[in-house]
Amino acid sequence: MKKTLFDKVWDAHVVKEVENGPQVLYIDKHLIHEVTSPQAFNELERRGISIFRPNQVVATADHNTPTIDQHLPVKDPLSRNQLAQLTKNCEKNDITLYGLGHKYNGIVHVMAPELGITQPGMTLVCGDSHTSTHGAFGSIAFGIGTSQVAQVFASQCLLLQKPKSLRVNVKGKLKPGVLPKDVILYIIAKLGTNAGTGYFCEYAGNVFEEMSMEGRMTVCNMSIEMGARGGIIAPDETTFAYVKGRKFAPKGEAYDKKVAYWKTLPTDEGAVFDKEYHFDASDIEPMITYGTNPGMGIKVTSTIPMENNASFEKSLAYMNFEKGQSLVDQQINYVFIGSCTNSRIEDFRVAASYIKGKKKANNVTAWFVPGSQQVASQIADEGLNAIFEEAGFQLRQPGCSACLAMNDDKIPEGEYCVSTSNRNFEGRQGQGARTILASPLVAAATAIEGKIIDITKHLN
Amino acid sequence: MDKFIKLLSSAIPLPIENVDTDQIIPARFLKATNREGFGENLFRDWRFHKDGTANEDFVLNKNENSGNILVAGNNFGCGSSREHAAWALQDYGFKVVISSFFADIFKGNSLNNGLLPVQVSPEYLQELFIEIKKDPTTQIEVDLETQKITIQSTGSEENFEINNYKKMCLMNGYDDIDFLISNKSEIEAFEKTRV
Repeated sequence: MKKTLFDKVWDAHVVKEVENGPQVLYIDKHLIHEVTSPQAFNELERRGISIFRPNQVVATADHNTPTIDQHLPVKDPLSRNQLAQLTKNCEKNDITLYGLGHKYNGIVHVMAPELGITQPGMTLVCGDSHTSTHGAFGSIAFGIGTSQVAQVFASQCLLLQKPKSLRVNVKGKLKPGVLPKDVILYIIAKLGTNAGTGYFCEYAGNVFEEMSMEGRMTVCNMSIEMGARGGIIAPDETTFAYVKGRKFAPKGEAYDKKVAYWKTLPTDEGAVFDKEYHFDASDIEPMITYGTNPGMGIKVTSTIPMENNASFEKSLAYMNFEKGQSLVDQQINYVFIGSCTNSRIEDFRVAASYIKGKKKANNVTAWFVPGSQQVASQIADEGLNAIFEEAGFQLRQPGCSACLAMNDDKIPEGEYCVSTSNRNFEGRQGQGARTILASPLVAAATAIEGKIIDITKHLN
Repeated sequence: MDKFIKLLSSAIPLPIENVDTDQIIPARFLKATNREGFGENLFRDWRFHKDGTANEDFVLNKNENSGNILVAGNNFGCGSSREHAAWALQDYGFKVVISSFFADIFKGNSLNNGLLPVQVSPEYLQELFIEIKKDPTTQIEVDLETQKITIQSTGSEENFEINNYKKMCLMNGYDDIDFLISNKSEIEAFEKTRV
């Protein structure tokens, strides 16, 4: 039978099948962070069981961490306690932790790929819905709840029903200024926020094949925003080159053996998907969102649709926008470049290329938050720091930051924030804050102009 | 985990679509290291004004609506994987959530905690909203064994689906950890087959 990439990886991890029930799926790597793990550790303690495979668990501190003065004790006592709890739990259970200040610390979905923890053909989970990011490597990666974190702790397995298969094909040539973020915002706007629920989504076509690993991660990251538990892209030479030489990547002969296996993973010609969509790359333009879910996106040059629906109207009322309105020239006082969606080196290169030689708008407060310590070092090494500083921007320290505003990086009530993050839900970036999702290019341009501009007119 | 077999209760209507888990429990309340007490901040920013006073327009603050069932709009529980959302609903007193569609992770988290997500047709969901609006004390019966939901006053009923294994877990109060641990020797054998 012809198999999909997803089938191949899934089937290789099935330990057993419960009669008329779920399958026991083996998990290769389990990533944890401070927010969704403490109750799972408690659960194991309560039952008197130990962590089954501690060397397959890697921890980082990211959600709740400050992005300035990380060398000082964390001010908020609840955050401090949660971080201390993670340290204690990892020490007690022999789990590797890249805590605050460690040279490998960073957002879980940025640090794991850059350390070579994420590899093709793996199953990987984390108590975070954006675990879908790691599917960019041709691995099955998805977010889980805390009960499931406890299950993986206890058995290195999960009980799951195999999801249905979905493939999104984007072929053709992307227009200038259209970034991976625009591609995924476009797909979600077209398909809606629940089109992927119950499915695992493969992205295929030359557009994804031509993307860097950073771009593929941005795309897979937002799979959950259309309801899909995960996204997956066939591993290829770009993938192998990215993984090669990284800290936890296989070396020498072991690497060659792995690559030979990884090459067998792509979807067989003629394999059938439960659902399939096709898009033309040339129809995609720089995107922004206008509402309170990531499916409410439009081309920067378009206007807000005229929909008559109570939930739609509630959303527009929250955003203080009107049907038919254009967002070009909308004044914006806050800009956030960061999050597990867009905080990798490529994102800061894009921002720097626009910002170079320009000045930040006076009305704008901008937070540039690299995804990891390694990204921060690379920004400095490439001299991007200097470009940002000359323009009046300050780079902060790594973490999830204003994406979910668990730390002090909160957007004030009623303010708009053009953000490279993944969710524009009500209050996501602070109580009453209004989020407009966009690519790092659109975000950088907004920070310079102090308003949303038609970026397509500013490209060479 | 508590057993769930059958429930007869009035219901609280929340006819909003795409309710995400950030609304159910905002991120700033996720700093606890235990799983109790999240009900206090359930739907925090819809339920309370910024100064902490109750928003009288929000359904949880209206005296006429009460019960252990939440009836919500399409695509309930989308967004973040935070299990705190299921804990908050349960801690507040909900035992069943009814919607025409649930996000995957929320559904799984609910089942793992004995909070029953009942998916009904969009038409039946509208019927529920209409009947509850007519009479907020309308009793709704959710029977897990027969997988049937009934509006008592009208007798209108609909069957709902649930995975057999999960149904068995809920009816007996079992959870997945017990099951997985009982398979340890097979898991170890599987590990040996992999290089």
